[in-house]
Parts: sequence; C-alpha cells; structure tokens
Amino acid sequence: MEKFLDYYSLAPVFQWIHALLCGVMPEALALCIEGLAVAVVIILLYAILAIVLIYMERKVCAFFQLRYGPMRVGKWGLLQVFADVLKILIKEIIRLKNSDHFLFDLAPYLVILASILTFSCLPWNNGAQILDFNIGIFFILAASSIEVLGILLAGWSSNNKYALIGAMRSGAMMISYEISLGMALITMVVLSGTMSISGIVESQANGWNLFKGHLPACIAFLVYLIAGNAEANRGPFDLAEAEQELTAGYHTEYSGMHFGFFYLAEYLNLFIVSGIAATVFLGGWMPLHVAGLSAFNGVMDLIPGFIWFFGKAFFIVFLLMWIKWTFPRLRIDQVLNLEWKYLIPICLFNLLLMVVLKVFGLVF
Amino acid sequence: MSMKDLILKIAPSATFEEQGDFVAVVSKEEFRSLMEKLHADYDYLRDVVGFDLVESLGALYYLESSTTFERVAVKTSTLDRENPLLPSVCDLWKTAEIKEREVYDLLGIRFIGNPDMRRIFLREDWVGYPLRKDYDMDSNPLNMTNEQNADTTTEVTLTAGGDFKEVQNQIFGKDDFVVNFGPQHPSTHGVLRMRVHLDGEEVKKVDPICGYIHRGIEKMCESLTYPQTLALTDRMDYLSANQNRHAVCLCVEQAMGLEISERAQYIRTIVDELQRLNSHLLFFSCLVLDMGGLTPFFYGFRDREMILDILEDTTGGRLIQNYYVIGGVQADLHPDFQKKVKAFIVHFRGILHEYHEIFTGNVIARNRLIGIGKLTREQTIALGCTGGTGRASGWANDVRKHHPYALYNKVEFKEILHTEGDCYARYMVRMEEMLESMHIIEQLIDNIPEGECKVKTKPIIKVPEGIYSASVEASRGEFGVFLVSDGGKNPARLHFRSTGLPLVHALDTACAGSKIADFIAIGATLDYVIPDIDR
Repeated sequence: MEKFLDYYSLAPVFQWIHALLCGVMPEALALCIEGLAVAVVIILLYAILAIVLIYMERKVCAFFQLRYGPMRVGKWGLLQVFADVLKILIKEIIRLKNSDHFLFDLAPYLVILASILTFSCLPWNNGAQILDFNIGIFFILAASSIEVLGILLAGWSSNNKYALIGAMRSGAMMISYEISLGMALITMVVLSGTMSISGIVESQANGWNLFKGHLPACIAFLVYLIAGNAEANRGPFDLAEAEQELTAGYHTEYSGMHFGFFYLAEYLNLFIVSGIAATVFLGGWMPLHVAGLSAFNGVMDLIPGFIWFFGKAFFIVFLLMWIKWTFPRLRIDQVLNLEWKYLIPICLFNLLLMVVLKVFGLVF
Repeated sequence: MSMKDLILKIAPSATFEEQGDFVAVVSKEEFRSLMEKLHADYDYLRDVVGFDLVESLGALYYLESSTTFERVAVKTSTLDRENPLLPSVCDLWKTAEIKEREVYDLLGIRFIGNPDMRRIFLREDWVGYPLRKDYDMDSNPLNMTNEQNADTTTEVTLTAGGDFKEVQNQIFGKDDFVVNFGPQHPSTHGVLRMRVHLDGEEVKKVDPICGYIHRGIEKMCESLTYPQTLALTDRMDYLSANQNRHAVCLCVEQAMGLEISERAQYIRTIVDELQRLNSHLLFFSCLVLDMGGLTPFFYGFRDREMILDILEDTTGGRLIQNYYVIGGVQADLHPDFQKKVKAFIVHFRGILHEYHEIFTGNVIARNRLIGIGKLTREQTIALGCTGGTGRASGWANDVRKHHPYALYNKVEFKEILHTEGDCYARYMVRMEEMLESMHIIEQLIDNIPEGECKVKTKPIIKVPEGIYSASVEASRGEFGVFLVSDGGKNPARLHFRSTGLPLVHALDTACAGSKIADFIAIGATLDYVIPDIDR
C-alpha cells in the first residue's frame, strides 16, 4: 500500500501558533485564548454553513420543482439568505402568557447546544479536528441525544396541543432511530478498531471504509442514511413538524431567533449527519486512492483535505435533499415499524456479520 | 303501479304538484311512514330543501334510487311558526343528520329524532333564522365576542305518551383531548374547522364546524333577479365554477322552456370538462402536498396553468369566469381555443406518466393510501357522498351518465368505478377521470357547429310558478339547483346542493380509528371545497 502524502496538514501551523503564544504568556492563558478563538471559529463556521445549506436547499428544491428559487436579492438570489438572517435577528421573541417560560426559553438552547457539540467533532482537515479523543463516536451519540430533550421541552412548555403531539412524535421517533444509528456506527467502529474520530479517518488511508468493509459496510451505510435522515427530522421523516398535520409541530409557538435556533439546528444536523457519514464511511478528509494507480493517487493527494471533506459531506447532503424533495411523508406507525421491525434486526445481523468478517480477516 | 298510486296507498291524503318537478305533498303525520316505505327503493337522499312560504314552513326531500336512478320529491310542511317540528329521517338516510341541521339553522325547523340539532353555519348565539321571510335583517349587529362552542346538543324526542321531550347529547366528554384543526390550518383546504377528539395519534371523533365563509348566498339570491344570481354560483365551489353555473342555467332554461343553440351546448360541455380537469389536477396537487410531497404539487400546477390560460382567453377569468348565461354563453370562443385545447391534450397525455412515477408508484404513497379511510358503497349512499368518493366505493352516480344534460348523451365515455372505497381508490378515480374528460373533449373539439352562442332573452327573466330542479356532475359530485318560484322576477327560494357538505359529514365515518396523518389524507381524497359547503 502506498504511503499517503499530506501536503496540507494543519497540525504544524497550530503547534507553531501555540509555541508563539506560550513564548509571551503562561501556557494556561494561551490555552484559554486558543479555546476562545476556536469557539469563535466554530460559531462562525456554524453560521456560514447554515447560510450555505439554506441557500443550497432552496436552490436544489427549486430545481426539483420546476422553479428557479430565490432570484431577486443579489445575483442568483445569493443575498436572499443574508436578508433572511437579518430579518430573523431583528424579530421580536414572543413569549406566551400560559407557557412555562423557563423551559420555553431553555429548549432552543438545548437543541443548538447539542448541534454545536456534535458539530465540533467533525474532522475538517488533517490536524484540524476540534474535539478529538478516544471515544469520539461515543461522544457524538451522547451529545446528539441532548437534542431530543430540547424538542420535548419545547413541545411541552409551549402549552399548545399541536406542539405537544409534535414533541411526542419526535421523542418516539428520535429515540428509536438512535438505536440503529448507533449500531450502524458501531459496525464501522468494529471495522476500524477505534472509536476516535481521527483514528477512524487515519484507518482509511489505504481505502475508504465503504470499500474496505464491502457488504456489511454498505448495509450499515444505507441504514445510517435512513436513520440519520430521521435523526435530522427531515422528510420523509419530518413528522415532528409535519406542516400539513401539525402546522409546525414542536416549534409552532416560537418566534424570532428562538425559532431561528431550531431552524439552524435542523440544517446543521443535516450537515452533521452527512459529515459523520463522510467521516465514517467515506474516509473523512482522506483523498480517493485506487490501489495500483500511483499517478492518479498523486493527483488526488494534491487536493486539500478540507475540500475532500466538504465535497463528500455535501454530496451526502444532496442525496438527503433529493430524498426529501421526492418522497411523501411517512405515518408515525410506519416510521416505528420500519425501525423496530426492519432496521434494528438488520443492524444486529449486520454487526454480527461485520464481527465475523473482521475476526476471520475477510475485510480489506 | 305508477308513482302516484304508490304514494297514495301509503299516504291517502297526499296531493301532487306537477308544475316543474313532480312533487308529492304529504302532511307531517303521514310523512314519516311514507319516507320509511320509499327508503327501500330510494336509498339516496339528494337533498333536503327547507322553505318558508309565509303561511307554512316546510322541507322538500329529493330522493333517488341508486340502482334505477329514478327520482322523486316529497314535500311536507308545518303551520306552527313558533315551534315548528318535523319528523327526522336521519335514521333512514344518514346524510339527513347534517342536512336537517342546515334547515334548522336557516329556517328554525327542528327535527324530532335528529340527535344533533345545533346550528351549522351561523354562530350558536345567532338571533332568528335568516331564510324566514319575516327575518329582521338588523337583528344581528357585528358581534365582537368569541363564539363558545357547546359540547352538548339538544335532541327533541317523542315520548310514548306523545309528548315532546328535549334530551341533551354529549359530543365531547370533559376529559377528551380535543384538538382544533382549522379554521386556519394548512390542510383544511380553506376555512373549515374540525374539532377532533384524539387518543394519542388515533382519531376518535371528528366534529366539523362550518360557516366561517358563510355568505348567505341563498338569502342573497332571493333579492336578486335570475341573471344576477349567476354571479354568485362561481363563488361557491370555485373549482366547479362553470358546472355550478351550468346547473343554474339549466334549471332556469328548463323552467322557461328555453332551447339553447347547439354551439352553446358544445361550448358548455367542453368548458365543463376543462374545468373538471382543472379541478382534478388541483386535487392531485393538494393531496400530495397534504401528504408531505412538495415536488409533485408543482407538476399539477404546471399543467393546470395551461388550462387556466385557455379559459382566460375565452372567458376573461381564471378563477371566477362568469361565462355561462341563461340562454347560452357570454361570448364566443377565442380563435385559438381549439388549437390550444388540442395542444394541451397532447401535452398532458404525454406527461401524465410523470405523475404516476413520482407519486402513484411510490411505496410510501401506496402505504399511506391503500386500505385507509374505507367507505363502503352503502355508507357512501347513506351519506350522500356523490362524485369520485361514491364512485371509488362502487356507487355508479355519475349525473352525466344517468341524467344526461348538454351533450353527454352524444359522447362516449366511461364512468370510472372502483370498489375498494379507500383513499387509493378515490385517488385513482380522479386520475382516470382526467383521461375520460380528455376523451370527451377530443370527440367534441373538432365538431363545434357554427351558429349563435347565445339565445336572446328578455332583460328581466320571469320563471313560471312552481318547483324546479336541475343537477349536473360538478368536479366533486352532484351539484343541484332547487328553485321554488312564485312567478316573479326573483326566486322565492333558491337552494344549492353542496357537493362538499356530505363529504365533510363523511369524515367522521371514514376516519374512525385512523391516525392523524390518515385524517389529513382522507380529507384530501374526499376532496371538498369550503366555499361550496358554507355557501
């Protein structure tokens, strides 16, 4: 297997910055400043990606629907989303008389917190992982579960029947789908032999997991896409906010930026689901290598890691958008049947298959 | 035995009115036994038309047989204006439950034995009954308080001793989880409100509350001349605007004995079918939208746009077209009409497969529609669910086929029948009817005869005294016009059979035990239009 050449590793740059800061101040202070800088970067990246995703969703769905999408504000409507962000920022946050104010205000922050925590785990480039430790996958699953708490609180504290039904649907659905989501990821952990995000990416230097794990990896990938779509509350699994049934589901009563947080989190969750799929199945920031074609591999290595990562993630985002804008919505009992009667047994079998193949060395 | 002898045998004191429709007039004592007898043959109650003739208050019952398609009308009345009571027939024809509520709401006649004697269109605290001739138009100033909906209804029952007793019926219990769907809700297709009793996700009971767009069209018509009433028909079921108007024109033309030109007949038939295509395309769009599929929605709208353009060229309107007039049509066809209609048919036949690929064949769509919201043939007849809803359950009820008007007896077309009675059957009936509509248009479009498109009529039209009716197959069922004329220049009573009211009434039956999402899908496949219900 050829050695993977990374021209764009950011680790030396960060080490240099760290050394520079330590030279002029105590290390504790330097770490604090670096932490703050990273936090600002995460929030900025989060906001920028949200804008990109919202614009992309509008354009993609417009082209599926024989429309142009936003065209008036800026060239190709490029400024439309900025205008919308500005609008939502200056809107009044309405608090209802008979809602539980503390929980009502807390809920959107829980949702956005879960989303940002998970977001921070994504491997952007070689040496540019923000949260990276030996139980990374475990942390992602744990952090993303906080979201359902926020949704349940939002539905409960709104004092609205639609919101309550939406929250209950969401609770039933998201908790169920976390099982198969987790099992699909564990299947890949078995293949990679590590739970650390950077470890998983590095283990794919000689081939992406989707190819290395062949049959069980492909099954896990499909299950992951379905479960991930459900986790992100997007069509055809958008029952929690099913517009035609529950007007807006759990966030019916939210306005202004509190609604904005739910909205942002929905889009970013879409990206996070895709990002994790790209990391675990498609090699994260690793370039595409085909064994034996060294010239081709050399050219692939010239493309920076973050472009690989975003390329793969946005490819999966597009797949999920394609599904959303094609299928009608499922019904709650069908959603739960799909999970408990089909996906979980498949996942369990698939996990066993992966373990057997791994033990007998039948994976690449 | 003729109809007359049959009725006389059961109700010896019956008299008959034969000016216009054949109507049997019976006293309210004999009425109930006559209706029980007639129910065996005439299992479909087309409509109940309440009327106020100053000396008496009463109701006309229009019956039809679902097998022989024979029709009969029965009239009964009461002289008591203070506390008018008539026997209910809602145990024979379930649709009478809601039709009698309408009569009660507008005329104040209470029906003995109807479990649900609430107002239907007007507020529960409304004063007086608007369709009564002595109704004071100033008795209800704008009310700024919220309407409280009662959870109980009052039923008038007859005790064994022959006395009347009022009984309270419970609609919703105190601990029921009742959710309001509407009047502002994305999937009620307008301002319909439904109180839905939910048990978790399961729908237990649906109580529709109508009247949010009630404009009192029937009351308004009583002070308008016949040509003026036409302006209001487009505003009922706006997706059957032309068919509605067709019915009124037919009714007045028949009453006057006016023969319209063949060219006008051709134009009316073609425009009716274009309207039906328009409506069914909107049905498809709304159904997929209600089920969460946003993309196919645009397919329907893309093709509907072409029909609207064609109609706009000729009529000048897209939604409200005001095209038919008594004696023909307002204006002749646009020169491009035939060319554009033919181009549309070619385009649409070529593109219809896209609809089936994206939606009909989709596994989620099929799971959501097949076996959901079943209505049996007997149920649809009892509930009076005409149109596609009835035909999906195997009830052949196409007015075009069984009581042909315009050119429908000259063209060849199939009456689409399914037997399953579920959402999927209701959906497929409409999709297949679109093909039949195109087939009808294709037979006519090249043969439109030359000639006048309008017969000259007097500016003031007077209809001879009598009771008249006409019915057409509108986009979502039988639309009927029932006219009581006193010989004057405006109608004494003009009633429209709403195609949507029985469909909304059927929601409770169709939704029993289904999920919230099914409730939305069933509502969409029943395909009602709210302004038509409220009138």
